[in-house]
Amino acid sequence: MTEQITFTLNGKDVTAEPRETIWQVAERLGIEIPHLCYSPKPGYRADGNCRACMVEVEGERVLAASCIRPATEGMKVNTVSERAKNARKVVFELLLADQPKKEVAHDPDSTLWKWSDKIGLSESRYPARECPTSDNSHPAMGVNLDACIHCNLCVRACREVQVNDVIGMAGRGIKSSIVFDMGDGMGDSSCVACGECVQACPTGALMPANVLDENGIHTGAADRQVNSLCPFCGVGCQVTMNIRDEKILFVEGRDGPANQNRLCVKGRFGMDYVHHPERLTVPLIRKEGVPKDAKETLDPANPFTHFREATWEEALDKAAGGLATIRDRDGNNTLAGFGSAKGSNEEAYLVQKLVRTGFQTNNVDHCTRLCHASSVAALMEGIGSGAVTAPFMAAADADVIIVIGARPAQNHPVAATFFKNAIQDGKTLIIMDPRRQELSRHARHHLQFTPGRDVPLLNAMIHTIIEEGLTDENYIKGYTEGFEELKEKVKGFSPEKMSRICGINADTIRTVARTYATAERAIIFWGMGISQHVHGTDNARCLIALSLITGHVGRSGTGLHPLRGQNNVQGASDAGLIPMLYPDYQSVEDDSIREKFEAAWDTKLDRNRGLTVVEIADAAYERKIKGIYVMGENPAMSDPNAGHAREAMARLEHLVIQDIFLTETAFLADVILPASAFPEKDGTFSNTNRQVQRARKAIDTPGDARQDWWIIQEIANRVGLNWSYTDPKDVFNEMRTVMPSLNGITWERLEREDSVTYPCDSEDEPGHDIVFGDGFPTPSKRGKLVPTDIVPPYELPDATYPLILTTGRMLEHWHTGAMTRRSSNLDALEPTPVASFHPKQLDQMGIGPGDTIRVASRRGEIEIMARADRDVPDGMVFIPFCFNEAAANLLTSPQLDPIGKIPEFKFCAVKVEKVRALEAAE
Amino acid sequence: MSATDQSNSLKDNPTASSVQLGRKGRPAFAFPKGRQVDLDAVNEIRTLLNIDAYQRDMLIEYLHLIQDNYGHLSAVHLAALASEMSLAQTEVYEVATFYSHFDIVREGEEAPPALTLRVCDSLTCEMMGAQDLLKDLGAKYGNDVRVVNAPCMGRCDVAPAVEVGHNHVTSATLENVVAAVDGKHVHAESPSYVNFDTYKADGGYQLLEACRSGERTAEDIIEIMSNSGLRGLGGAGFPSGRKWGIVRSYEGPRMMAVNADEGEPGTFKDKFYLDHDPHRFLEGMLIAGWAVGVDAIYVYVRDEYPAIRKVIADEIAKIKSAGLNGDTEIHLRRGAGAYICGEESAMIESIEGKRGLPRHRPPYVAEVGLFGRPTLEHNVETLYWVRDIVEKGADWFSSPMLHSYSVSGRVKEPGVKRAPTNVTVRQLIDDYCGGMQEGHTFKGYLPGGASGGILPASMDNLELFFGKLEEHGCFIGSAAVVILSDKDDMKDVALNLMRFFEDESCGQCTPCRVGTEKAVALMERKTWDENFLQELAHAMTDASICGLGQAASNPLKMVLKHFRDDIVFD
Repeated sequence: MTEQITFTLNGKDVTAEPRETIWQVAERLGIEIPHLCYSPKPGYRADGNCRACMVEVEGERVLAASCIRPATEGMKVNTVSERAKNARKVVFELLLADQPKKEVAHDPDSTLWKWSDKIGLSESRYPARECPTSDNSHPAMGVNLDACIHCNLCVRACREVQVNDVIGMAGRGIKSSIVFDMGDGMGDSSCVACGECVQACPTGALMPANVLDENGIHTGAADRQVNSLCPFCGVGCQVTMNIRDEKILFVEGRDGPANQNRLCVKGRFGMDYVHHPERLTVPLIRKEGVPKDAKETLDPANPFTHFREATWEEALDKAAGGLATIRDRDGNNTLAGFGSAKGSNEEAYLVQKLVRTGFQTNNVDHCTRLCHASSVAALMEGIGSGAVTAPFMAAADADVIIVIGARPAQNHPVAATFFKNAIQDGKTLIIMDPRRQELSRHARHHLQFTPGRDVPLLNAMIHTIIEEGLTDENYIKGYTEGFEELKEKVKGFSPEKMSRICGINADTIRTVARTYATAERAIIFWGMGISQHVHGTDNARCLIALSLITGHVGRSGTGLHPLRGQNNVQGASDAGLIPMLYPDYQSVEDDSIREKFEAAWDTKLDRNRGLTVVEIADAAYERKIKGIYVMGENPAMSDPNAGHAREAMARLEHLVIQDIFLTETAFLADVILPASAFPEKDGTFSNTNRQVQRARKAIDTPGDARQDWWIIQEIANRVGLNWSYTDPKDVFNEMRTVMPSLNGITWERLEREDSVTYPCDSEDEPGHDIVFGDGFPTPSKRGKLVPTDIVPPYELPDATYPLILTTGRMLEHWHTGAMTRRSSNLDALEPTPVASFHPKQLDQMGIGPGDTIRVASRRGEIEIMARADRDVPDGMVFIPFCFNEAAANLLTSPQLDPIGKIPEFKFCAVKVEKVRALEAAE
Repeated sequence: MSATDQSNSLKDNPTASSVQLGRKGRPAFAFPKGRQVDLDAVNEIRTLLNIDAYQRDMLIEYLHLIQDNYGHLSAVHLAALASEMSLAQTEVYEVATFYSHFDIVREGEEAPPALTLRVCDSLTCEMMGAQDLLKDLGAKYGNDVRVVNAPCMGRCDVAPAVEVGHNHVTSATLENVVAAVDGKHVHAESPSYVNFDTYKADGGYQLLEACRSGERTAEDIIEIMSNSGLRGLGGAGFPSGRKWGIVRSYEGPRMMAVNADEGEPGTFKDKFYLDHDPHRFLEGMLIAGWAVGVDAIYVYVRDEYPAIRKVIADEIAKIKSAGLNGDTEIHLRRGAGAYICGEESAMIESIEGKRGLPRHRPPYVAEVGLFGRPTLEHNVETLYWVRDIVEKGADWFSSPMLHSYSVSGRVKEPGVKRAPTNVTVRQLIDDYCGGMQEGHTFKGYLPGGASGGILPASMDNLELFFGKLEEHGCFIGSAAVVILSDKDDMKDVALNLMRFFEDESCGQCTPCRVGTEKAVALMERKTWDENFLQELAHAMTDASICGLGQAASNPLKMVLKHFRDDIVFD
């Protein structure tokens, strides 16, 4: 630690930390210095360009920009000298000259106007120059460069904070201008609409479009603000919702541990789904005599073709009654329940408790089954815990970062920004994925291996590391078991031999293996490209083996991190929405554990594990399961071979849907219970980093829609339970009694701190970001190395179905699209179902970008627009599964990974034909 | 609400974008976001550049190759280059658009004509009739040949100058420019200079070899430098020996950056030395690099000196093949039309392939310079004297010390004049330049180019050297002395100089970017508000990041001080 610096500030002796700037010291001591281009927020480098913060340093020829000038020993600084004040005033007056008048400002509350007011300037004596016109090409953001002061904050936001690299400062001098890409309209550019620039802009030149009128004039401030979370992916960004007239007007990022004020397009511009006219606002009961047709599409705006309005009393009676009747008539295992990874921890807990104690079955699952079930299986087996060993922020401390089978810039955009920051700091990124992606440009290596050949590639790396003596012998001896078996197994997996199978040359495999193994600190991130395969568990086992044999786990900058997909997939799993596990991953088949829960819940519990998502659909198809309660899930869109899943739902005797929209699954419901959207509820949510975070109710539910926890309780009490929770806090407090993982994390603490990482030793200590520095929670306390064999993808391409279909998400659309496709901005940005191919592949097939094509598998077919995308390799088509009008899951293969029970969403065989060329469509 | 309207319009008319951005008439949603990279353009870039591993710092060089080959930079090629270099499109675009000599042609725009005439309208050339040339040439050629104004080309002694393609026509007239165009004289003419063999035969590079062989020590050389009193002749005048010692004291690897980008209007002395005896400069450069212990030397030559760049390239090749550079890398970099890149840190940014934005100090480039390494930065002329100083001794240089003055304007014999450092402008005019031109009466002078302020004829007795003019609000800088006469309106002179700074401001900081623009607007008015202008001028000096903005108001201040008769005040 270097010594403190002593200097004089406005005549007083003050001290500064090394590298602390004059501005920072002044701020700390309560001395105001104007600033425009400087943002004290994390991630923003001082640029010193606006010169609004000039101060006088004794003995220096010219003034100094206090934001960028570090304090030095003995320096004499005057922030209030006439010379400094005059210079600052001239700067403001120069800038105001070309600024729209305050009465017609894009943002009258901007930083620029606030400081101008303080300085006492309301207008400028300088002649104005001709100002640029508005750019309204983007649906979510208004660009009005007449207010631009060239402070570069948006450039830093775009290039250095979020590293989306769209905004530049083109030209020179007075003719220079903020540009998107190459001077393109923002809406025409590669902008991913993270909105970081809007949040950073100190003048209103960049604004959310919906706070401006048609002339670009601000329409007025928000009435109130509520601090909450983003409802979308597993990153768990903290947000501030700005509300006007009881509607969410705009959303800003907050300084949460996972986002440091950053957001992506969904979190910032996608929240208006809650106000969509198709929201369910009254309970609905299927009309008498209206049959369920799995192939029928209903109009979500008008459910009354098939349903009639009911009172809550009637709907709840009907919903619960139908379930209880089946249970009492056919036995407990004829019912099942789906909870949701989009709901809160408290809701997840209540759903599994309802199913286990009310339905008296363990047939309770949720969509993590479709996401990371195989990862969790491998992690539980290997290291005794299904959660991440390190937060994604650990990338900053790593020397080498591997991203495999994941596209974080699309699916975990804010996490991706921290990876890109790490790369800018000189860290090495290695990507392994058959498709290229936004991060590829930043990577040292992108291994575009043959789809489905993860195990050969990863085993070849393990082979190399062992063969070349790059293992961490002490770590292997001290903390692992099964090394000899692994070593024996991978002998047959030389890179030279695997090269032909995985399509990556042996030298590259060896280089990458060495880079990872010899790094001081290395970390692996993965996504569904790893997990959604019939060999998904094996894929994850290989990653665990890589990290264990090199000792890259349990230390700063090391670890294993499956990037969780939904906002509460971690919490929903923790809370026990898993057919074989009670809350905190405690086995339902272990007598002593079961007795513990029987005591806690004061009831007998089923001793057998329940069925998983796809197994439940199969059982429903076979009419073995007759009643299902679904809270916030959409298996008709998210299950593989969705045609089959829809038929299964249609065959149910009783289907209860609790949701906010008439989803494709709700088309087949008997009772629909209108529930609460994320911004309408209180609760806790656990992100991919194991951070338990507080979400707060920002607005009321519309119409007669109700809180989910209340609805679950009403059903519980109608199937014979006697619950009396008064609010989510009540539920959380009960959870703490059966979940040791919530040790040290009280509701009150969350209220105060917003976010606490588990595990946590006590209420007054922070949680542990990095876990397993000294062994694992396995029976032997050792990490288990599990050898793997090559298992080919289930359905390989052939002459009839020559292409590989892979599915996933896109940046703007999340999961089945029920929410995001009802967001005006997100819908405007990606309105159409698209199937992406490499342009050369399209050429070969005689298909042009924009043509309508038919994609068919052995299970179904869809019509969709062809998109040319250089990221997709030859021989592959990528289709996102969010579009109900061309549902990718009608095509996908239901074949399961034998251990994780996860379907192979990432690989099946399809054929493609042109339906009509673009011209014909017009 | 507008968002909804826009989303509908996007949906209904997905091809509505004003430019197609590589989508070939297909709808936007048939592609990922943004401009698509054209695979044919990628192949063209690969064929043209023929590079295995792209280097980020070579971006400007690549842009030159594309501009030279295609006559402009199309957005399609820029996107392809960005893709090849793994850069964002905007990163390439902002660099390309920063420099005047690149012509960016976006989708739907027309490429410029094959030939461009750049008419220098910096002060001396303007005094010699640049505006008429601009008008006449513009009228003559219409759209067939592009006629643009351009800043100082270092031909002030033979003003006005017009660059026809890359051929600089000096003492330009409509006739000789048209002749050059008609005769297709569009390439730079090589100067006759002391070549490698001649220079070597005359004892050249013996000192360098003596250094390398251990006959001379770095300490010894640095001491001689210090004793000689040699100072940085780019304009800052920092003692060279001391600079060498400072850079050498920082831990390696160290870099050297050589500034052959004299752009200060009125300055042409570096050109003079490079035109005549480039090896004297190159040997000095290698000796300095050796003494300081640098790993690599980057020579940044302004694009306005194409002939010199070719000479340097050829002669560096000879040095390398003779092994004279030892294990020191020598790289030649080409400017692209930006005065600001003569500022040492802006030049470093430009060498790194970026826009030439001056850096904040501290840290100083001696400590954190090129590629973040300690860097010895020198001007051409400074290095030019190194060999002679070491061979002839510190005293030879210091007593009496001579200084190179680029004299232009209303004198009979303009040119580079070696004169004692206590020379006055009166002596320069009378004793070195053959007196004033016929019909011109001495009225005032710029002692140090556009930045150094303006002094009246009544102050003709000041010594023209570092430290002698500051008390009068001026400085000697690069010693570009422009002589003004009773035929010159000082308000117009000040306006010409302020316009120059407006054009050449990098745009980074408010006082310079907006200040120069507003100053021009206010100075263009028939009457001036003195207090208002003074307030602006002082804030520009006080609050700008670099010397450009800090000095940009010097002419204004000096005209307000000394030439009030030429101004009508409010």
